[in-house]
Amino acid sequence: MHGLAFDIAHFLAGGMVVASFLLLYQDRLYTLIHVFALHSLVLALAVGWQAAVQGAHHLYITAGIALVFKAIVIPVALHRIVRQLGIHRTLETVRGVGRDMLAGTGLVALAILVMLPVTTAADALAREDLAFALAVVLLGLLLMVTRRNAVSLVIGFMSLENGLVLAAAGARGMPLAVEISVAFSVLIALIVIGIFLFRIRERFDSVDMETMDTFREGRRR
Amino acid sequence: MPLSLSLGLTMVLLAVGLHAIAASRRAGCTRRVYGVSLAVCSVLLGMALAHLLSAASPTTLVLPLGLPWLGAHFRLDALSAFFLVVVNLGGMVASLFALGYGQHEQAPERVLPFYPAFLAGMNLVLLADDAFTFLFVWEFMSLSSWALVMAHHREPANARAGYLYLVMACFGTLALLLTFGLLAGPNGGYDFAAIRAARATPGAATLALALALAGAGSKAGLVPLHVWLPLAHPAAPSHVSALMSGVMTKVAVYGFIRIAFDLLGGPAWWWGGLVLALGGITTVLGVLYALMQHDLKRLLAYHTVENIGIIFIGLGLALAFQTNHMYANAALALTAALFHIFNHSLFKSLLFLGTGAVLTASGERDMERLGGLIHLMPWTALAFLIGAAAISALPPLNGFVSEWLTFQAILASPELPQWPLKFLVPAVGALLALSAALAATCFVKAFGITFLGRPRSPAAAGARETDGYSLAALFALATLCLLAGILPGLVVDSLSPVVGMLNGSTRLTAQSSQPWLTLVPVVDVKSTYNGLLVLLFMAFSGIAAALLIHRFASTVARRGPAWDCGFPEASPATQYTAGSFAQPIRRVFGSVVFQARERVFMPPPGDSRAARLEVELRDPVWERGYAPIVAAVVALSSRFNAFQYLTIRRYLSLVFGALVLLLLGMVLWR
Repeated sequence: MHGLAFDIAHFLAGGMVVASFLLLYQDRLYTLIHVFALHSLVLALAVGWQAAVQGAHHLYITAGIALVFKAIVIPVALHRIVRQLGIHRTLETVRGVGRDMLAGTGLVALAILVMLPVTTAADALAREDLAFALAVVLLGLLLMVTRRNAVSLVIGFMSLENGLVLAAAGARGMPLAVEISVAFSVLIALIVIGIFLFRIRERFDSVDMETMDTFREGRRR
Repeated sequence: MPLSLSLGLTMVLLAVGLHAIAASRRAGCTRRVYGVSLAVCSVLLGMALAHLLSAASPTTLVLPLGLPWLGAHFRLDALSAFFLVVVNLGGMVASLFALGYGQHEQAPERVLPFYPAFLAGMNLVLLADDAFTFLFVWEFMSLSSWALVMAHHREPANARAGYLYLVMACFGTLALLLTFGLLAGPNGGYDFAAIRAARATPGAATLALALALAGAGSKAGLVPLHVWLPLAHPAAPSHVSALMSGVMTKVAVYGFIRIAFDLLGGPAWWWGGLVLALGGITTVLGVLYALMQHDLKRLLAYHTVENIGIIFIGLGLALAFQTNHMYANAALALTAALFHIFNHSLFKSLLFLGTGAVLTASGERDMERLGGLIHLMPWTALAFLIGAAAISALPPLNGFVSEWLTFQAILASPELPQWPLKFLVPAVGALLALSAALAATCFVKAFGITFLGRPRSPAAAGARETDGYSLAALFALATLCLLAGILPGLVVDSLSPVVGMLNGSTRLTAQSSQPWLTLVPVVDVKSTYNGLLVLLFMAFSGIAAALLIHRFASTVARRGPAWDCGFPEASPATQYTAGSFAQPIRRVFGSVVFQARERVFMPPPGDSRAARLEVELRDPVWERGYAPIVAAVVALSSRFNAFQYLTIRRYLSLVFGALVLLLLGMVLWR
């Protein structure tokens, strides 16, 4: 791979990392969903570009799945959930943005340090892609750890999954069957999580995880 | 051909077990299960005997079962043939006994399906010829015997015994798994032929030996891994106890012999020392525990521990001699160990079956509530007496011969070049002599308190002689004990293919050519034993003494107290008890080993409370070895209990933190 093609692939994968950083400090739920849509859009572009460059046509389907489901269907669905839950005006108190950002930077450094020495045999693009993908996965986990709202947890989980797809696309693509089943499992996860959100809401009048914890049975210390 | 037939017969046993699941409640099922088990065991016994006596070459068979790239390997050689004889002889007699005994079983549906499965499992362990098959059938054997231990699971003591057994069986299998992993090496040659061909490195071989000792030793009851045995063996129905104690422990010893003598090559001299020391400690501790017991079945189970110690002393000596290339002496020690394996399976089965007969007749296992049974069950008493004399190593019975052979091997130890062994072996010999004497004491107690005197409880007074099947089983074993004692040369000769296989084809000289059936283990040393002569002498002197006493003493008029027909003080509670019999031993040894404490409470004059004597015993192995482990596990798990009640975010943070830490470790480590 040479010149421009490499640069664009690099740019798109880097764009996903930047989008992950954007996710980290959003305190409004709507904005969070929007940024997630952007995250998925960049993923679709990155995978699409890989498909064009590698000449792997089944990756177009992957890109299409990412575009349709992750950039459009899931954000719209989450939008509706937030509206129906009536929490669209709630601000999530995101504490320690600076700390999270620093931690995120450290994670990206860690991902690069881990991936680059391991994959010396692979070509340059796959190496960089894998490093970025690991960074996106770690940042998604960080988002899940630092957030308290259940919807934010869902977004963190989905962005983590985006990182996995990026990794798979960079490494010459995974088999299509695996790809489709992963995509559908994510959709089903969304449905299940959505149902749970409503049930939780009915039960506890809140989707804040901290309040839920106080209701747990059999708590002993 | 005999191999595939044996496998087919074990399948018949499994099929009978499956049949029993469906039909165990129906009438006649008990008879059918035990009848088929008896028939199958007889055929297997016959085939194994034929293989052993004809010294046939090993046959192998590979079936497309188990791991796809490995298959299931089976092999019938002299060693497995000998152990097949032991297992199926025990299985045959136990099945015969159970034809009568099984009729009294309250929960046949908990015994019948597992009994044939247990027999099949033991047979398959002996035939297995690759690590996977071996471990699989080993576990199968453990699990089916566990189910039999739990047959009467409503009793809380049995549930605890079953739990402990399960834990120890898991530990043992884990150790064996690691052993085979070490032996197979990184390339994973798991069939025994590959393991034999690829000799392990000294370090790996040493580790493998230690693990095999732990794995097989925990099943056989080697101190300090014996704790489950005296609880689990008595919990099963008596014919199963006989199988577990008399036969399954031998299968465990087979596992050790197979690994230590056959699969591992190039032993180091101190392996023998280790096995010897463990055997000596096991012997003495086992018999001391047994002396303190007043529960007949538990006493017998502790004696199994003692006898396993004797067997391991023989094996340790054989290892020590083999490392020093003294193959003639090693052959002697191996013969002694194998002979004792055979003997112990005979008399331990006999004693457990006799206890089973007492248990059905009186419903009691506690010696302190038995007594006087010799008048009510004379035939059982006679068979039990023969078994007790045999296990106490009294000539002319079989126990004497194997212990005598072990001593002959010990007496050859000054020829060993290593100084630690020169000191260790006589010390072990002293322990063995001590334990032989203590075993005799113990069985004087067991027989005397149970069968002599007067009944100590109404249950014992109401006992009746047991049924014909049970008596046939008891006397079959008693006869074999006597025959093996007076014709030891025949047994030694039939053992010689096994010894030759394990000992670089050096074996003892053929005994059948000796005049008068004399046993001459080492030709240039003039120590010989002739069971037949001893029997004749004992018979002659006994009859002569009886005649003399009758001639001169019985006719003389005797004077006795005027009342109570010459037998004053009617209460049976005034008789010597098991506790009083054990008291001197408890004071001499128990105060050191078990920290035995006695407290006498004598009420002051005018106080109407009864006087009491309280005896407190502590189990050193449990308190020093197991209690700390149990406490550590409990403490650790209660510490980790908090992890069950974390918030979702904490769980996520834990996962995240672990991932980041591992990645960091990966970066820093390279």
